Amino acid sequence: MTRAARIVEICVSHRGREGPLLPILHDIQREFGCVDAEAERVIAHELNLSRAEVHGVVSFYHDFSAEPDPRPCIELCRAEACQARGAEELIASAEAAAGERVRLKSVYCLGLCSVGPAARIGDRLHARLDAAALVKLVQSA
Amino acid sequence: MTVVRISDDALALACGADAVAAAFVAAGCMVERVSSWGMHWLEPLAEIDGIGFGPLISGDVGAVLAGTSDKRIGAIADHPFIKRQQRLTFARAGKTRPLSLDDYAATGGWSALKRVKSMASSEIVAEVTHSGLRGRGGAGFPAGIKCRTVLEAPGPRKYVVCNADEGDSGTFADRMLMEGDPFQLLEGMAIAAQAVGARQGYIYVRSEYPHAISKLNAAIELVREHIAPFRIEVRVGAGAYVCGEETALLNSIEGKRGEVRAKPPLPALEGLFGCPTVVHNVLTLAAIPHIMVPGGASLYDSLGIDRSKGTMPIQLAGNIRHGGLFETAFGISLNELIHDIGGGTASGRPVKAVQVGGPLGAYIHPSQFDLPFDYEAYAGADALIGHGGVVVFDDQANMGALARFAFQFCAAESCGKCTPCRIGSTRGVELIDRIRAGGRDADPVEALAQMHNARKDRRSRAEDLQLLEDLCETMQFGSLCALGGFTPYPVRSALKHWPEDFS
Repeated sequence: MTRAARIVEICVSHRGREGPLLPILHDIQREFGCVDAEAERVIAHELNLSRAEVHGVVSFYHDFSAEPDPRPCIELCRAEACQARGAEELIASAEAAAGERVRLKSVYCLGLCSVGPAARIGDRLHARLDAAALVKLVQSA
Repeated sequence: MTVVRISDDALALACGADAVAAAFVAAGCMVERVSSWGMHWLEPLAEIDGIGFGPLISGDVGAVLAGTSDKRIGAIADHPFIKRQQRLTFARAGKTRPLSLDDYAATGGWSALKRVKSMASSEIVAEVTHSGLRGRGGAGFPAGIKCRTVLEAPGPRKYVVCNADEGDSGTFADRMLMEGDPFQLLEGMAIAAQAVGARQGYIYVRSEYPHAISKLNAAIELVREHIAPFRIEVRVGAGAYVCGEETALLNSIEGKRGEVRAKPPLPALEGLFGCPTVVHNVLTLAAIPHIMVPGGASLYDSLGIDRSKGTMPIQLAGNIRHGGLFETAFGISLNELIHDIGGGTASGRPVKAVQVGGPLGAYIHPSQFDLPFDYEAYAGADALIGHGGVVVFDDQANMGALARFAFQFCAAESCGKCTPCRIGSTRGVELIDRIRAGGRDADPVEALAQMHNARKDRRSRAEDLQLLEDLCETMQFGSLCALGGFTPYPVRSALKHWPEDFS
């Protein structure tokens, strides 16, 4: 099956939902690692929207990216509660350990505000991190 | 066989609860996964015959079972942190299995929904109004009045929308409720639907909460028949903080950019897909089942102080020794919350500041810690309760850096629709940088003769501070929603109480 055909299939699977664009974009991002211009064109055609409308939505939300990034990704919370628990002091060593191999992404709140610093890899959560624990996470990512 | 109860809440998992549960299974115990008690410094917390042990690692299991563990905390229900609370919304926390319909029914579940089935919509709305319940998302709008507006709005199609886009740093009560007691939220939504005449409900959950999303989806499958003909669907956000604003949230469900809408029209009259929509926070909807049991509304009204009725699940977070969920009637002071209950800072250093109400809440100085937890009292002190998050900072925090962060966060998360927020936030970052760097001279472009309007000499600190005040005023009164409108709260409060951190 071509990519375009698969995207059509995803759009069809959400038929009957009210306002299906976000669920569709989530599925495409999960499957292909990005929502690129070609995907936007196919979605626009399927949902009877303009490409500009679809692109406007894709570019608005942090969760969707225009290009795939195959590197493992660690999301590190840098919101106030984790800052208060010393998250900012872990950044330098984590970045050094990550180099170009691992993507360190700043997020604002994972809901673990009483046990920070906190990080998320996929659906796995990690709390009470110190510099050594975070570096270990980065190295094993 | 020994029954061990361990939470499967995301926070417990992040602290290693799965490994501890596996170790108990390997030791021949039966492990029940329950919701979290909310004593986060003790997670992973194991409960055996009512006695708690925590925080555990898998290596502790042998000693726990042999009765020699030094992590024994005694009877959990008698723990001072639990005993001092008045738990209504979180009455089941730590006690039930989140997806067990038997546990839910055995603890009073569905009794409110059964009762309202025989009531007229206007009677339900009248009881919610009588309870004094106010929106727990932050604005504190009376829930009953919102429901009545939707009930009386003309239109064949109406919606109930649950705002579960809990993006504020320092808040986790929505997450705990969705993961620990999802049926209660669904029951509250079904009652709200009955009250306003809605057939379809949506729960908009942020994508940062994968565990809450899967629990809710599983719970919805299980209660389909209980809540029929009402239907509920989970919608997953996509990483935009501003979608916690109700009109941006509605746009997002509709599949649009999460841009804020101008009000009026109110969502109660023209909300989702242009239809009358009741939008409530998770905690507001989850409080409804307690209000709708016989006598529930009067009980709720009897708790709290002044116009802040009932209980508030307060979330103790940041640099605090005993962090977690503390539900109590309104009126409690920060002194009690932070020192008596929270045990001071986790680092052991003195408390410097507390931010209440998320990234848009004011920084509160220790001299104001006797302020009662009450919507109006906080508003009177230029602060806000917001969603009840309390983030503690020790004396190593730099308030100038935190004020800059407030602007930076607003710049990153602004939806871009209104100018004060979109541009003001970026100018705010620059201005604070300039103040903290001790001012700056005109740059080469500004110095050009052609730049008639550009300032040629150096601004004084007083002038820069006045400029910052002007910017804050413009954002506060000129922004469309709370993101731009409330960002001045943390900035102004930091500058007012800790001016030394700005030089």
